[in-house]
Amino acid sequence: MNPPAEAPRIGVFVCDCGFNILGVVDVPAVVKFAAALPGVVHAEEYKYMCSDPGQDLIKKAVQEHGLNRVVVASCSPTLHERTFRRVVSEAGINPFLFNMVNIREGVSWVTEDKVQATEKAESLIDAGVRRVTLQEPLEARSEPVNPNVLVIGGGIAGMHASLSLANANRGAKVHLVERQPSIGGNMARFDKTFPTLDCASCILTPKMTEVKIHPNIRLHSYSEVVSVDGYVGNFDVTIEHKPRYINEDLCIGCLKCIEACVFKDARFPNEFDLGLAKRKPIYIPFPQAVPTKVLIDPHDCLYLRLGTCKKTCIDACEKDAIDLEQKPDRVSLKVGTIVVATGFKPFDARRKPQYGYGVLPNVYTALEMERFLSPTGPTEGVPLLQDGRKPETVGIIHCVGSRDKNTNEYCSKVCCMYSLKLAHLIKERTGAEVYNFYIDMRTPGKGYEEFYERLLSEGLKVIRGRVAEVTKAALTRAEKDHLIIRAEDTLAGFVRRIPVDMVVLAVGLEPQSDTQELRRMLNLSCGHEGFLQELHPKLAPVSTATDGIFIAGACQGPKDIPETVAQAGAAASEALSLIHRGVVEIQPYTAVVNEELCSGCKVCIGMCPYDAIGYDEEKRVVHVTEVKCKGCGVCAAACPTGAMDQQHFRKELVMAEIAGVI
Amino acid sequence: MTGYLYYPGCSLKGSGAPYEKSLLAVFSALGQELKEIPDWNCCGATAYLSVDQDMAVAMAARNLAIAEKLDGQDVVAPCSGCYLSLAKAKATLAEYPDVRARVTAALGKASLPYEGRVAVRHPLEVLLTDVGPEVLKKRVTRPLKNLRVAPYYGCAILRPYPGVPSPQAPHSLEDLCRVVGATPVDYPNKARCCGGMLTAGVQSVGLRLVEILLCEAKAADVDAVVTTCPLCQYNLEVYQERICKAKGKDVRLPILYFTQLLGMAFGLDDHALGMDQLLRVPLVAPCAGVKA
Repeated sequence: MNPPAEAPRIGVFVCDCGFNILGVVDVPAVVKFAAALPGVVHAEEYKYMCSDPGQDLIKKAVQEHGLNRVVVASCSPTLHERTFRRVVSEAGINPFLFNMVNIREGVSWVTEDKVQATEKAESLIDAGVRRVTLQEPLEARSEPVNPNVLVIGGGIAGMHASLSLANANRGAKVHLVERQPSIGGNMARFDKTFPTLDCASCILTPKMTEVKIHPNIRLHSYSEVVSVDGYVGNFDVTIEHKPRYINEDLCIGCLKCIEACVFKDARFPNEFDLGLAKRKPIYIPFPQAVPTKVLIDPHDCLYLRLGTCKKTCIDACEKDAIDLEQKPDRVSLKVGTIVVATGFKPFDARRKPQYGYGVLPNVYTALEMERFLSPTGPTEGVPLLQDGRKPETVGIIHCVGSRDKNTNEYCSKVCCMYSLKLAHLIKERTGAEVYNFYIDMRTPGKGYEEFYERLLSEGLKVIRGRVAEVTKAALTRAEKDHLIIRAEDTLAGFVRRIPVDMVVLAVGLEPQSDTQELRRMLNLSCGHEGFLQELHPKLAPVSTATDGIFIAGACQGPKDIPETVAQAGAAASEALSLIHRGVVEIQPYTAVVNEELCSGCKVCIGMCPYDAIGYDEEKRVVHVTEVKCKGCGVCAAACPTGAMDQQHFRKELVMAEIAGVI
Repeated sequence: MTGYLYYPGCSLKGSGAPYEKSLLAVFSALGQELKEIPDWNCCGATAYLSVDQDMAVAMAARNLAIAEKLDGQDVVAPCSGCYLSLAKAKATLAEYPDVRARVTAALGKASLPYEGRVAVRHPLEVLLTDVGPEVLKKRVTRPLKNLRVAPYYGCAILRPYPGVPSPQAPHSLEDLCRVVGATPVDYPNKARCCGGMLTAGVQSVGLRLVEILLCEAKAADVDAVVTTCPLCQYNLEVYQERICKAKGKDVRLPILYFTQLLGMAFGLDDHALGMDQLLRVPLVAPCAGVKA
């Protein structure tokens, strides 16, 4: 390492962060301490260093005191390192001659004792000053951003993001990948939406068609993303198209093959109707499916299962679209940004056995009730009991699996509102008396509280109390042949037993079961409840810790349709902002080899996850391919001779920093 | 370290004597050692905890400390009340350092260091988990075919410290019934209260709860109710005549311990199982198992 060309003239700027830091750390004392450190020629304090006047103060000090290195002691670098690097750069100093010391998240927010907090802040600043003294000027490199976008998930979030991107991003493709045979997601299952009771199909199906015909969208339905490599602006993606056993380009959706199938009756559970209705082995998921292409379930089809069948479907198809030998096929794409919109999974009601789901008759989940209420559903919009009668009384149990220490502690946010909507629709279709059992009625949102008021005026019965159990053990004649909902009415102060014909379980929202695999593939993180984690809950709600990957909708946490659509738009606009900038800055934290020290043992080659290290047979030393190196530092840690080092994280820098804190 | 330590509690030495007899007989028939904890004391039952927490926890923990001092095998507590008291003491000591400090100091004076090493278990779970249905099935010599049984768990081995799997929808007794060839009926009240001490304290409420359980079992046309707890067994058994008279309906039914059911299927002697100490026994034909 070359010694710095000029003697260090370091400026230390300590931020009060309002009372965030000042309330615990004795900032004036810290400034005094910093001013006395070797190499420091100037130190000062300011209320909000990140504000405009704070930034100006730094620039002015650089001029006045001829500073050539800068330390800012304030919040976490993830929040403002970028800000201050820009400030330093504008003041004429190489941005890598700047160091940020975290005395907020690392000190004042986690230390109660003021003396200890002040000491800790001082030793961290000491470490930061020692480090910056040895830092070298570096140049960030920039790379072009591929304008194509990958959108994962074809529910309302993925569709909305795709359309926003496709409408603005001319000349580039949006690749929308949906694992189900049709796009539309869960919203396609709904009849009406709260609080306006507008028809879900009427607002959704035109969007589905638009996605299908948009020239800038390539729809990969019945497909999965199998791998993602690369980095912001330059991702390499592999998608697998699962075999439909139908040539999608030839099928016109006439459905004659379905009619011709050797199975005369539909006898296999239809996934779209959650098994409440049946389908044949060859089917379309639902009449409004997009794309309107049939598919064959290999587990149900006689030919695909047993190898023998009259194959009447093939004879019936005038377009020769059926291909029973179809295999999965993979396509490789290059995209610059990714929007993840993989949605949620409803809570499995079997995990609350006291509510009898799957055991007692006429106990359904809310999503199943959505299908019963849909005009295209199994009972054509009128919920019916298993014996075919209309229910006279229905109980809706809120918070199933939510706000519960035994299952999920979080509130699923949408259940109160959808339960009210279901109550209204059930009353409208069957005339039944409906009881909603709630813990707290949560209706924040535009028009939501008014909707609750409306339901109350319609005669909805609401009982405040978590339901203990649903049982068929009748105690009175009135309870006989009913399901009895037992709950403590916490407003009236006694235990109620309400006999009903039908029970609807308002199940909460959970992360998709394969979120962890997705997280690993995309290098994202998850919160403790398992939903994908945003970069910042307020200031970067659709960004992630991986540059160029954005999240939208219920994969980030439970949310309703308006919020989902807003996030989808935000994610699209974040992606577009990158695309329109056209280039991304890549941090120069790459590995470098000191050839004199390299023994050619090649340990680093095997360790490198990015295939960025090669071996020079002639010189018998390794070399790093800079564009491939992500700066993970694994090679530097593994190198037995100390020949491998990482820029901006050289051993001397790290050791100097450690010396400062001990 | 084989076998188990046995904590009888007061019931099994008194009104629950048939439970103790059948429990010991069944474990011995399976070659499983049950060693009674020497110098055991009252578990404190459910009442003491609301009088003086430290004292109640110390009383229960003394038994666990003695168990630790022995070989530290799992403690088998057949009475649901004992099971609950011991489990609650163990959990309290693990969760609250201040209680633990006071209680361990007290036990220390009696040279009984407490570390929380022993597990507290109910014999129903021990038989189904450690011995296993396959081994139990092999030991059955007299399958109880055609015997319809209402499986009744009561509350204390289910909540809040579950002694059997799936406490919200328990199935251990049903599993056991199937092992012995009997038919467990759907008994939706299987986890409801038996009345507990209310049958003594507030009898109108206590007997009403007993009546519900008996009527439900009667309606399911069972030959017997099988229980896991001496208090449940007592409540369901001894008040039958009184309810019959007061309500003018027949609620008479044999109330068995699950260990008696198992012992009958193993072909053990009625006397050894304490069957002769019950007020009512189910009619099971000696071999064919035909309902008389």
